[in-house]
Amino acid sequence: MIAFLIRRLIGAVLVLIAVSFITYLIFIKIPGGDPATRIAGRTATDQNIADIREKLRLNDPFYEQYWAMMKSLFSGSLVSYSSQLNVVDQIKSGIPATFSLCIGAAIIWLFFGILVGVIAAMTAGRWPDTAITILALIGISMPVFWLGIIARYFFAQGHPFAFLPDGGYVPFTDNPWQWFTHLLMPWWVLAILFIGFYGRVLRSNILDTINEDYVRTAKAKGLPQKRVMVKHVLRNSLIPIVTLFGLDFAAVIGGAAILTETVFDLKGVGWYAAQAVQTLDLPPIIGVTIYATFFIVLFSVLVDVAYAYLDPRIRPT
Amino acid sequence: MAERLIEVKGLKVQFATEDGIVRAVDGVDFELDRGEVLGIVGESGSGKSVTAMTLLGLTRDRNTRFEGEVLYKGRNVLAMNEDELQDVRGNEMSMIFQDPMTSLNPVYTVGAQICEAIQVHERADKPTARRRAIDLLKQVGIPNADERVDNYPHEFSGGMRQRAMIAMALACNPDVLIADEPTTALDVTIQAQIIELIDRLKDEFNSAVILITHDLGVVAEIADEILVMYAGRVVERASTRDLFYDPQMPYTWGLLGSIPRLDRPRQERLHSIKGTPPSLIRSPTGCKFRPRCPHAFDKCMQEPALENRVETPGHLDRCWLSVAEKRDLRGRTISGEEEAA
Repeated sequence: MIAFLIRRLIGAVLVLIAVSFITYLIFIKIPGGDPATRIAGRTATDQNIADIREKLRLNDPFYEQYWAMMKSLFSGSLVSYSSQLNVVDQIKSGIPATFSLCIGAAIIWLFFGILVGVIAAMTAGRWPDTAITILALIGISMPVFWLGIIARYFFAQGHPFAFLPDGGYVPFTDNPWQWFTHLLMPWWVLAILFIGFYGRVLRSNILDTINEDYVRTAKAKGLPQKRVMVKHVLRNSLIPIVTLFGLDFAAVIGGAAILTETVFDLKGVGWYAAQAVQTLDLPPIIGVTIYATFFIVLFSVLVDVAYAYLDPRIRPT
Repeated sequence: MAERLIEVKGLKVQFATEDGIVRAVDGVDFELDRGEVLGIVGESGSGKSVTAMTLLGLTRDRNTRFEGEVLYKGRNVLAMNEDELQDVRGNEMSMIFQDPMTSLNPVYTVGAQICEAIQVHERADKPTARRRAIDLLKQVGIPNADERVDNYPHEFSGGMRQRAMIAMALACNPDVLIADEPTTALDVTIQAQIIELIDRLKDEFNSAVILITHDLGVVAEIADEILVMYAGRVVERASTRDLFYDPQMPYTWGLLGSIPRLDRPRQERLHSIKGTPPSLIRSPTGCKFRPRCPHAFDKCMQEPALENRVETPGHLDRCWLSVAEKRDLRGRTISGEEEAA
């Protein structure tokens, strides 16, 4: 197990290097990416631009620039080209909002996804299953930005309700109740897609598992129906859901919640990333990319560990 | 006389499917007494597994219909509710399945899966159940049972898994052990061991065994009586001795002919029964075996009843041929000299 973890950690570091390097390369190759021109402004002379280039060391070979950027990022001194704000501080200040959003949404989608999947599987072929299938399809098909705007229109802007705040983020430490009400809509908007998706996946997992020979064995042993369902069917059906959840949660933490954060004006990491992309601001883009990659790599290791715990067949010995 | 444990009367099991009604079991009768081993033999799709699973109520479903009676010590299993069934399953009648690779839950230890039944049926606490599980594993011949009890199924070989399945099935001292093709998925050398084990444990646990197989060679060693099933019906029923020495049904001859034997001149190919088992949705009129039978004649358009036609009482078959004709014809089928037309 230790060897396995060490192997995974070495792999994780390599992935981080590769991802940051590729992001960097893409950035310097895209048109309009020259930061010096943009920082200098519209009335800049060639001399101004050249000075800025010199100051930002943009004339150095790109690998040296990359190395310098990585060094300043990990020492916490990297600043944005456009706002001159410290990138690491900006990401840190976005983390409470992003984590609040993602953890809350994850609890909702996991709970309701499993609930919906179990109900659909238990009633397979009858009307509750059909209704859930249709609703899940609608949930999966609705884009987050659209759903977010519709939700704001109905519940925050007085058509017909206005009992929820219209966007924004209040830190938990300031006012827990305000924190909760501000996040209620974003949580659900972000969770709905996953509820539909997890419900569908779990439904088909359960229906596959029910036909397994070992479930028949469990019944033949005379176990009560409920025990067969929970200990033999559900236990085995949930294993793939764990993988799915780990990777989805990492993706959401790592910035897949960009749309939700933008729609609800939550100043989280995703929102910061969106700003950086809009202004083609390389340092924050690299910073956010590394942050996202870190979580995805971390959670994929966690998923592997959880998987080994849940399924003894793949335990590293 | 030994205690009567099971009495099946006119059992019919039908599944409603999109293509029509599948008559998986179409009128089966048999009895099983304590200490007895009953073999049920037939090809895939002959209804033998469905019969066995119905004894435990495992075929119950919205789309399944039952007729007839399955009496366990006089109580009709088909009429039991789920709670009553749960008390019978694993406790009074238990079952071993064909594929030990897939019949154990991969995420629980072998011991935990054996304990489960003991804890549910006997309300035993964990340490007691565990001790029992270890004892059972020893009885079925698992070496180092104290340690192996905490292994997961994937750490067991196929033969050991089947032994563990048997231990699980015997956990609550059942009266009836139903073994559904217990050796089909195993190596030939292991097959004999498993059959011997079942035979020995039957005496130790003083229970009765229903052994289902497509291989007459497997039942020959331990069965007292054999039912040959075809298309959901019993086509021949006899004591093991009579079935091997005086088989009456051309289908049985085919089964006997398909066993490889060392005491005969080597043939190019092993005998096989031509054709495939009939559809259970639209089964043939008359004798169900008629389309594949090399000896079919006009009278076979009417279905023969399962009757005693030979001198030995209790030897029943469904064939219109006269006993003399049968005794004349069968030798060639069984030894494979006559390739079925």
